[in-house]
Amino acid sequence: MVLDNIPYIPVADGVDWFVDQITDWFSFVFDPIKDGFGWLLDVSADSLAMVPPIFIIILVAILAFFLSGKKFGLATFTIIGLIFVHNQGLWEELMFTFTLVFYASLISVLVGIPVGILMSKSKLAENIITPVLDFMQTMPAFVYLIPAVAFFGIGMVPGVFASFIFATPPVVRFTNLGIRQVSKELVEASDAFGATGNQKLFKVELPMARRTIMAGVNQTVMLSLSMVVIASMIGAPGLGREVLSALQRADAGPGFVAGFGIVILAIIIDRFTQNLNKEK
Amino acid sequence: MPIKVENLSKIFGKKTKEATKLLDEGYSKEEVLEKTGCTVGVNRATFEVEEGEVFVIMGLSGSGKSTLVRLLNRLIEPTEGSVEIDGQNLATMNKEDLREIRRTKMSMVFQKFALFPFRTVLDNAEFGLEVQGIEKEERTQKAKEALDLVGLGGYVNQYPSQLSGGMQQRVGLARALTNDPEVLLMDEAFSALDPLIRKDMQDELLDLQETMKKTIIFITHDLDEALRIGDRIALMKDGSIVQIGTPEEILINPANDYVEKFVEDVDRSKVLTADKIMKRPETVDYDKHGPRVALERMREQGLSSIFVTDRSRNLKGYVTAEDARKAREEGVSQLSTIMKDDIPTADLETSIQDIFNIIHDAPVPVAVTEDGKLRGVIVRGAVIAALADGNEVNGDGA
Repeated sequence: MVLDNIPYIPVADGVDWFVDQITDWFSFVFDPIKDGFGWLLDVSADSLAMVPPIFIIILVAILAFFLSGKKFGLATFTIIGLIFVHNQGLWEELMFTFTLVFYASLISVLVGIPVGILMSKSKLAENIITPVLDFMQTMPAFVYLIPAVAFFGIGMVPGVFASFIFATPPVVRFTNLGIRQVSKELVEASDAFGATGNQKLFKVELPMARRTIMAGVNQTVMLSLSMVVIASMIGAPGLGREVLSALQRADAGPGFVAGFGIVILAIIIDRFTQNLNKEK
Repeated sequence: MPIKVENLSKIFGKKTKEATKLLDEGYSKEEVLEKTGCTVGVNRATFEVEEGEVFVIMGLSGSGKSTLVRLLNRLIEPTEGSVEIDGQNLATMNKEDLREIRRTKMSMVFQKFALFPFRTVLDNAEFGLEVQGIEKEERTQKAKEALDLVGLGGYVNQYPSQLSGGMQQRVGLARALTNDPEVLLMDEAFSALDPLIRKDMQDELLDLQETMKKTIIFITHDLDEALRIGDRIALMKDGSIVQIGTPEEILINPANDYVEKFVEDVDRSKVLTADKIMKRPETVDYDKHGPRVALERMREQGLSSIFVTDRSRNLKGYVTAEDARKAREEGVSQLSTIMKDDIPTADLETSIQDIFNIIHDAPVPVAVTEDGKLRGVIVRGAVIAALADGNEVNGDGA
């Protein structure tokens, strides 16, 4: 057979070597991140867990009320859902999961929007970044957990890292799309009145693209949530860990209860980000 | 001389050098496209626009007029040629200077208004000053003045989507006027409006122009519009300017078939007939009057010639002021000796189209006759006015 004559290409070994090298070379970056960021995550989650749940429930309900345009639907759901989670004894886990999602999406958005802007401004950048985004999104999410552990050990930090890689593409894509969709006449108008590149971006393009970008942010947040659940496999605490341990013990009841908790959190976060987009 | 455009070209595509060379050798737009794959947007446009002039660039879609106007403020980079404004060549200046020109000397009004939907009317009008970093107070004041000028003073806090098309374009106009530019580029500014509103806007622009005296470069595909508002008109075809002239010159002396065809396309030229635009004629009586009366009547009416009829208004001929004067000096008392009869005539039903051809090289106004009787007279100006302003035409003669 001809095919058998092609020598085996050691891709897996290559990747291993590559990840090892990165871990070695950049340990001076990774270690402070692991310590500093890990500390921040711990403090944030612990502080949230220390606040009496009733305060948080009321606060979130009020926010929901105003964000949804002074309607009671979302607020009611928020109250019932959060009380249910508390009732099931998963409050602390919920706080951990929320902290992870919050920081993971925050980093994704902070990195993703500028990258999206870069893509929209440069055809070259778009040609380079698009396949990278495709790769990031199609590679099974579990795979990211492996280098994440190599870089950052176990716990919340690698969870955020894996989530960042998995969840950033939508906000990048939507930002790029949103800016490219701004009507040609509006771009011409801002040029014709002598706007600089930055003025055009901040006064015309970003405001015009806002809705599209927010749709991307919503996607990114939802993907973060799905990823931090998976990240429980590398020791990230939270609702995901409950699901995982229920799975390991083949315990349907607790598994579903923790699952419900995730669904409730997902719905609240989704509706919040969507309503942010609707306002005005 | 605010604007001087020389050999301004835009060729879209990769082999622009080759395409330019082919154009120089006299190949047509189609041939250049076939040989090089390049599209000729604008082909060596050359013209000058006087200060305070309304200069209309007219052509059908695809003729390159929108590209041309964008070359003037370099929204599209010219392939070659120059655009001089106040002696500076816009085509070659650096980004900073260009921005300065765009901020202070040239403004643009867009076909689809191009208003910023998330900004109020006032904020839209302020945009030009805002990017210049002018203080909020000053720019608000100037924007309000501009909005007052276009009659939108009461709408400052509305959003564009709350306004009608005509009002939106007023905002577009106010935005362009706020930074008090020397040159106003208007790209099919009224084409998206319905015909009645369009006419209002044209009138309003002309009213404003009375006081503003801006240099306006107005792009349109509509000959009626061009005739109404243009001091001069440049006609474009396939990226080239085929004729530049006053509305009258364009109508009466079309430079080529293309222009002629354009002129023919003026709807009214087919519909309007002689009886709709003729005026009551001044005449003298062949039997009763002599050169002295003829001369007197011409002087009263400010005419250089007058028609001669008999008692039952049968057209006999005409006399010119010059001949009448001579006859009076020589003591001739009969009109018949100085009367000429090479009168251009038309029937009541003759179309404006045909009257063009008659009036074109006629020495005197066209006489409109019915069974040999004089019914009216058509002067050159009436033809132009009728074409430019069809809606107001009514037969106040005959």
